[in-house]
Amino acid sequence: MQDLEKIDTRFFSAEREAHLDVVGETVPRVDARSHVTGKTQFYEDMTLPGMLHLKMARSTRHHALIRKIDLKAAEKVPGFVRALTHKDVPNNWYTILRLIGVEPNDEPVLPEDRVLFAGEQIVAILADTAAAAGEAASKVKIEYKDLPAVFDVEEALKPGAPIIKPHGKNYFVYEGHHCRRIRFGDVEKGFASADHVIEHRYQSAPIEHAPTETTGCIVKPEGNGRFTIHSNTQACYFTLDNAALILGLPFNKLRVVGGTVGGGFGGKVDVIVEPIAILAAMLTGRPVKYAYSREEEMQVSSPRAAERITIKDGVMKDGRIVARKVTLYVDAGAYSRHSPYGTTKAAAHMPGPYSIPNVWVDAHCVYTNRTPSSAMRGFGVTIGDFALESQMDRIARFLKMDPVEFRMLNAYRDGDTKAHRKKAEGCALVEVMQKAAEMTGRTLPERFRKMSSLSREGI
Amino acid sequence: MSSSVVTLNVNGESREFLCRPGTTLLDALRDSLSLTAAKKGCAQGSCGTCTVLVEGRAVFACLVPVETIGSRPVETLEGLAAGEALHPLQAAFIEGFATQCGFCTSGMILAAKALLRASPDPTRADVVRAISGNVCRCTGYEAIVDAILMAAARLRKTATRKRAAE
Repeated sequence: MQDLEKIDTRFFSAEREAHLDVVGETVPRVDARSHVTGKTQFYEDMTLPGMLHLKMARSTRHHALIRKIDLKAAEKVPGFVRALTHKDVPNNWYTILRLIGVEPNDEPVLPEDRVLFAGEQIVAILADTAAAAGEAASKVKIEYKDLPAVFDVEEALKPGAPIIKPHGKNYFVYEGHHCRRIRFGDVEKGFASADHVIEHRYQSAPIEHAPTETTGCIVKPEGNGRFTIHSNTQACYFTLDNAALILGLPFNKLRVVGGTVGGGFGGKVDVIVEPIAILAAMLTGRPVKYAYSREEEMQVSSPRAAERITIKDGVMKDGRIVARKVTLYVDAGAYSRHSPYGTTKAAAHMPGPYSIPNVWVDAHCVYTNRTPSSAMRGFGVTIGDFALESQMDRIARFLKMDPVEFRMLNAYRDGDTKAHRKKAEGCALVEVMQKAAEMTGRTLPERFRKMSSLSREGI
Repeated sequence: MSSSVVTLNVNGESREFLCRPGTTLLDALRDSLSLTAAKKGCAQGSCGTCTVLVEGRAVFACLVPVETIGSRPVETLEGLAAGEALHPLQAAFIEGFATQCGFCTSGMILAAKALLRASPDPTRADVVRAISGNVCRCTGYEAIVDAILMAAARLRKTATRKRAAE
């Protein structure tokens, strides 16, 4: 394959001021030298005098009422210092995205009368060593009364499904609606006028980020009512603001030291470990470390949501898509976290980078008794793209068309109105495909070589 | 059981410290000696972020009880550079963009050093095998393999020159 020019000036030459001195250049990483000499300080690379270790007693049930918590055996473990339950948390209910107006607060820092997923943290144990904390946590006796659980997005929406959320519905409510909707043109008319209607279903499993560094933090009480939080969060201000709201503290009592993350990929955007560790430091006056074990990282940290997507397309013999209907389910798991936002992104991403005159999208953010899902690398978009582009390939095969030419025919052009009513601008999909075809030694017919994102000519 | 004094030869220095029976080499390095370049990614020998050298061979420090080391020399990433002068592996990792988040870097470099000691002229497959116990979740494996091969070539050149001078 030929090398890419740094900046290919053949395209859009009239639109660009090419004074770019970073794009296309090789710029050394600022942190590389400290990485290779072992000097980079990750949050866990410090030990503070008197530091306590926090381990959680976790739910062994998918959906259950908590009948009784018995700490007697845990308290007898040498090194045990104290336990924390929901009663210790000043403002126990929150949702991470309340900072941008998402409602309701649907997640307890520590659960009160029930658990919604296996692995949910219930009682925080503080001890002098990590081993003692782990041993004491394993000795917390919790009595449950099991409730019916639901693990599938479509099952969760059926009448008669066990309702798992306090707001009485197994889905996130978007401005009074049961899902995030897009209505553009008239898909049913589109299907009626189409030469072919092609429908397929796509689905994905949850995906764990599995960062090599597990999630965690060390909180240090500064002795003046302020707390320094050494964290590997990807979102220092989400952490600071949510923690302050949960603890009822003025924001200026918390200082988050972060930015060095041993792999995040979206998995360290939630705010789970810090509020409870700060609370523990407040109540004991000692530094506190709360670090997930590898097992916890794999089981309880939020994965990418599982999605199920049905795409129904009306297409003409010449390759034009005239209608696209998408029904999409995002498995939020037990709590909202970032999934209501991810589902909106998924809806807005439809129908893909293609101009289709009739589009109908229902994107559901559904609660189940699975591990809560959240952010991960293009969440809400990546799985949608897998579905969309698989569908595009299947249609091209069905029509016996070249998949590149089929996409170029339908690619959006500058000035097109997208399904969510935003005007497309700065489009370059046609040119990228022309270049990719050229670089892979494929000769496009002249009609396709002449196409441009600036006009609809040639379609 | 009570703690005992352990003496460890680390990066050419003899270090003494107290530790509880069963303490791993990794915890001893990180908690007692403040040598934190080796990381604890899983504590079960599956991620390789804790890789250090014992007698020049790569070991998972999270699986080795520190009392079993005895007088055998231990090397960690902190001991690799000679002052400000980087080891060729370190230089190659910088030049070849073989670091991303940096969490696997220490283990990768030491696994590579163990390989080049045993096999100065490795094939690409040898390098892949040597780092197969080390997870890079940023998935920078290609750049890491390239950097190790680059460093190997430079080390061989230096060795040839030295021999010629002698």
